[in-house]
Amino acid sequence: MSLKYIDEYRDAELARRYADRIASLVTRPWKIMEACGGQTHSIVRCGIDQMLPAGVELIHGPGCPVCVTPMSTIDAAIRLASRPDVILCSFGDMLRVPGSSSDLMTVKAECGDVRICYSPLDALKVAAANPSRQVVFFAVGFETTAPANAMAAFLAKQRGLANFSMLVSQVRVPPALEAILSSETHRIDGFLAPGHVCTIMGFSEYEPLAERYRVPIVVTGFEPGDILQGLAMCIEELEAGRSRVLNQYTRAVQRQGNLAAQAMMGQVFEIAPKVWRGLGTIAHSGLRFAAPYRELDAEQRFDLGAESPEEKSGCISGLILQGLKKPVDCPEFGRGCRPERPLGATMVSSEGACAAYYRYRRPLSAAATEARHE
Amino acid sequence: MCLSVPARLVEVSNSQDALTRVGKASFGGALKEVCLAYVPEAKVGDYVLVHVGFAISIIDEEEARFVFSFLEQAGEAEEPLQ
Repeated sequence: MSLKYIDEYRDAELARRYADRIASLVTRPWKIMEACGGQTHSIVRCGIDQMLPAGVELIHGPGCPVCVTPMSTIDAAIRLASRPDVILCSFGDMLRVPGSSSDLMTVKAECGDVRICYSPLDALKVAAANPSRQVVFFAVGFETTAPANAMAAFLAKQRGLANFSMLVSQVRVPPALEAILSSETHRIDGFLAPGHVCTIMGFSEYEPLAERYRVPIVVTGFEPGDILQGLAMCIEELEAGRSRVLNQYTRAVQRQGNLAAQAMMGQVFEIAPKVWRGLGTIAHSGLRFAAPYRELDAEQRFDLGAESPEEKSGCISGLILQGLKKPVDCPEFGRGCRPERPLGATMVSSEGACAAYYRYRRPLSAAATEARHE
Repeated sequence: MCLSVPARLVEVSNSQDALTRVGKASFGGALKEVCLAYVPEAKVGDYVLVHVGFAISIIDEEEARFVFSFLEQAGEAEEPLQ
């Protein structure tokens, strides 16, 4: 079965031609960060980094909402899910993220009522169907997901669903890129900006960053053809000494973004400082409920107890999320830390760099041994 | 997590309220309900990008060829791709 707007961008010949084009452009080493975890997954799965000329290095960025949700928020979700009066609704990929002493999957197995939702609107249906229980939606995500989460809050308030609330961990990409660029240890020459975040937000927010830090930023899609084109556009800018914001993902992204979605986000949420797992607090990098919606804030509705400790020892996910280390640099990678027993969140989500490397980049001998035992 | 998948709109509700406008989208044959609140201009036959049950963008058919035309403009391709 062929899938329109997917298959044509996965064409091997297209990829080869872009790889040739990139090879013909490059005169010096360049380090380019792909900001989004979906792009990281595609790069590692398809071996795009291995198609590039020596000297062009891809640095995997912090763009995985599952990975950067703070441990204290995971612990809060676990405490909520452990309460008999609460149904916790969550996107499926949050369930195995390690908190300080457990994870949601374990709570679910121990009789916590944890339900996996495809859409935040599913959580509203759960709330309507269970008026005697408190239903909390674990609203995690980047700007791509924020309009959907905002809509759930808007409709809950409109419909007077008094038993519905949200545990919000919403993050914004541009302040995180700025935090990376303003660090003295960063080594990034250019960025691929996250295409679906820009579908919502547009890309004008990236223009002052490109200008101030003299880095080209290319809004890029997720298929191999998209990523290779984004790299070719970024390297053209770098080789010409330019640092503009360009748009590779023109089929889905316009400069102003999706105004209807932004309007709903602006009504429900406001910009706030935010803690990122592995990165610390970044100013303006999160969203919290605006005043008229604070009654829906699960952190206000429930007593969620004390703050949690920081990352477990042995995990270098903070350095990986900043692009300072690769998963294979970690002594625990594939040993003490594996997807079924992760030390840090970058090993949990399929968009986390460690999980992508574990799945696609382990030595063939290790993968073969494991396959025989499965 | 920001995964969004292209799907073809095969049905659109007649809701008067833009916020509760929904449609049915075909993901290579599999049908699923999608919220159309954020693509008020979407119509049957359009391809939309769907994320957590919401259409977030209508795919621009002409711009969809940019990945091929870019190579051709760059003078690389002797024969056009596709």
